[in-house]
Amino acid sequence: MSDIRPEAEAKHSATQKPPLDPHLKALENEAIHIFREVAAEFERPVMLYSIGKDSSVLLHLARKAFYPGRVPFPLLHVNTGWKFAEMIAFRDKVVKDYDLDLIEHINPRGAAENVTPFTHGSALYTDIMKTEALRQALDAGKFDAAFGGARRDEEASRAKERIYSFRTPDHRWDPRNQRPELWNIYNGMIRNGESVRAFPLSNWTEVDIWRYIQAEDIPIVPLYFAEKRPYVERDGMMILAEDPRLELLPGEVKQEGVIRFRTLGCFPLTGAIRSNATTLDDIIAELETATVSERQGRAIDRDQSGSMEKKKREGYF
Amino acid sequence: MTVSATATAEVFSLEETAPEHARAIRDSRPLRLITCGSVDDGKSTLIGRLLWDTKAVKEDQAATLHRDSGKQNDLGLPDFALLLDGLQAEREQGITIDVAYRYFSTDRRSFIVADTPGHEQYTRNMATGASTADLAVLLVDARAGILEQTRRHATIASLMGIRQFVLAVNKIDLTNYDRAGFEQITHDFKEFALTLGVKQIVAIPMSALKGENVVYDGRAAMPWYDGPTLVETLEKATTRSNQTVGFRLPVQRVSRPGESFRGYQGTVAGGSVKPGDSVVILPSGMVANVSKIVTFDLVRNAAVAGDAITLVLDRQVDVARGDMIVAIDSQPMTGRGFDAQLVALQPDGIEPGKRYWLKSGSRRQRVSVEPVSQLDLKSSKWSATDKLGMNAIGKVHLTFDEQAIFDSYEQNRTTGAFILIDPDTNNTVAGGMITGRRSEIGGIHKDDQRVLLSLPADLAEKIMATELFANRRQDVDVRHTSAGRAAEILADLDE
Ligand SMILES: Nc1nc2c(ncn2[C@@H]2O[C@H](COP(=O)(O)OP(=O)(O)OP(=O)(O)O)[C@@H](O)[C@H]2O)c(=O)[nH]1
Ligand SMILES: [Mg+2]
Repeated sequence: MSDIRPEAEAKHSATQKPPLDPHLKALENEAIHIFREVAAEFERPVMLYSIGKDSSVLLHLARKAFYPGRVPFPLLHVNTGWKFAEMIAFRDKVVKDYDLDLIEHINPRGAAENVTPFTHGSALYTDIMKTEALRQALDAGKFDAAFGGARRDEEASRAKERIYSFRTPDHRWDPRNQRPELWNIYNGMIRNGESVRAFPLSNWTEVDIWRYIQAEDIPIVPLYFAEKRPYVERDGMMILAEDPRLELLPGEVKQEGVIRFRTLGCFPLTGAIRSNATTLDDIIAELETATVSERQGRAIDRDQSGSMEKKKREGYF
Repeated sequence: MTVSATATAEVFSLEETAPEHARAIRDSRPLRLITCGSVDDGKSTLIGRLLWDTKAVKEDQAATLHRDSGKQNDLGLPDFALLLDGLQAEREQGITIDVAYRYFSTDRRSFIVADTPGHEQYTRNMATGASTADLAVLLVDARAGILEQTRRHATIASLMGIRQFVLAVNKIDLTNYDRAGFEQITHDFKEFALTLGVKQIVAIPMSALKGENVVYDGRAAMPWYDGPTLVETLEKATTRSNQTVGFRLPVQRVSRPGESFRGYQGTVAGGSVKPGDSVVILPSGMVANVSKIVTFDLVRNAAVAGDAITLVLDRQVDVARGDMIVAIDSQPMTGRGFDAQLVALQPDGIEPGKRYWLKSGSRRQRVSVEPVSQLDLKSSKWSATDKLGMNAIGKVHLTFDEQAIFDSYEQNRTTGAFILIDPDTNNTVAGGMITGRRSEIGGIHKDDQRVLLSLPADLAEKIMATELFANRRQDVDVRHTSAGRAAEILADLDE
């Protein structure tokens, strides 16, 4: 019944990477510590897996934390049915390659009522297909701890969040009454039905993520790299025009250009950027001179200041 | 960075950052710092300004800031605090409620900054930020001087092991850049800091709002100040580590993926370890040797404080989560009675004799807590008490049902720290620092060895200002008297 994978051990001792710099090493150590603490203290942890770059780093850290054992919890992918096709292909390969347990959940109500970003608007769509779907999946699995890849540098209300972020039985976050969180001593005591969201990447910045992906050679979805792709311009965003379900509105034309994505989500709500960055070095160089934040490409964050906090209080990740 | 902040227009332009320094800043781990001080002294504004002037604010975020700022000051500057005060309630009330963590870097190094709330009601959130910080930026309003809340924050920061302070005398623009006022506040603070044993203080006159002596110098407005800016001071500050003390590994989990492998997973909390080292497992006291240090990348030949590792021992021993694997020749204290200092963080305070959960490292155990004394922030004196109210700083006796394992906080900031959890609410109600083991539950053992010294007052003052003395202050009795009377007392003893 041994699940130690000797081939993994052999592979790693053979290819000696240069050691991580102290900055990334400190971030990695902190994240591994959090993974182990949650896995030890909670009965039913789960890891939210969104297939993006942060999730890829999160997964890599989980594998490191529990090596030589298997990752001792399942991954949960809250699907909306509107993810980039390349994301789903990538997900399935990762799950197979690393021998992971994956739970995929699509909100059955949303699917039955045919809730789409085009027909219901981005706010309602996100509410049903992401926030409500996540609550359904967490309830169904009776999960008492859920790892997420959120970083404090992403947004002002995230900057306020604890590493162990306490949730009521109906998944609400009360930002005014967070538990004090001193040193690296985490309070994992909860009652039945309550849960904790745990954020091992809290102290990472976007540049840290990319530098770590490079240093550790972590596979990511190819959409992050620039390539000639078809797109349409809509609401000031470049939307990938590959999925046959995308209907052109009057006046819209399909164009081609060298573009890439800084974040990945649902393709109709995620804007591409013009970029020639085809390698990790290029991406990091581009980032270090970037004049806009990564959130800029996301329709759901742009509604108003404080919109993320509102969504989070309702149970959004 | 020694450019002057001249026209506001120039400060506003978002020039592109030069990427050539990108490598340099990762040579060390980031410096962790907090801003603290009384309500409205400008903590959030200062960090907002720091982010702004180090170009950590992107164009879309700047646009949002301008839109949200409205008209909040006569200078036409945005409300930099909004970069930090991200919660709706904070924006509505114009105050900070919870700690915000932000990240920025200069050519020299990277920083993690925790902006903490000034309101006494939210002291718990200030303590959250202070617990992991290497340095504290203590803000004072140049018009108001040192307040009780300033003292509270300085005291908590120093109890939590922060030894480097920047005294930011802020809103200096509102005093007409008054040099005498700045010097008076600096003097007052240095005097107070002596009672805390804090000696590393850099005092800077500052306008957070206008960005004077933050990243850019304020020479134009304050030609009398030729000291460093805030950023220059931060670039020179030191980070602390637990690498020089004895090896400690609090065991988080036991990894048993198959019959052939058993490893103990945790983060090294002190010292270093290598294969072949002899270790003791506490509390059982069993001895073993380290056979391997396993990580995902390769089998390593050493690990140091801070490393998350999996340790394999050379023999079958009983090790569980919550145990500590330690160096055989440098062991922590074990016992059922300890002395500690703590900060009470919740409305119910700390109730005498109540049984709490104590968590330290990965170990959680039942403890009863007996408050002994409380610090009076006005007089800086400890007075006897049996209950600690919300936000009180107190000394307590801890009594455990089972063996506990600690170092003193002074020696190890990880294995000497703990939190208390109220079993009724599951909330974290205190953060504590171990000061020592109690030789016998119920009080100092009457036969313990003591030394009476009679010293000139000036020498005694110098000794009392040392860190070592401050940390063991509760073990010491001090009386002031005349040289003649002291001689009489000592003569009595000799009889
Ligand atoms: N003139 C002037 N005003 C300042 C300066 N620094 C801050 N202020 C103003 O002081 C007010 C309070 O600033 P904040 O940064 O919110 O204060 P704070 O210390 O973070 O407050 P809490 O977090 O609630 O304790 C704001 O209106 C700022 O614009 C300064 O250097 N000069
Ligand atoms: Mg503030």
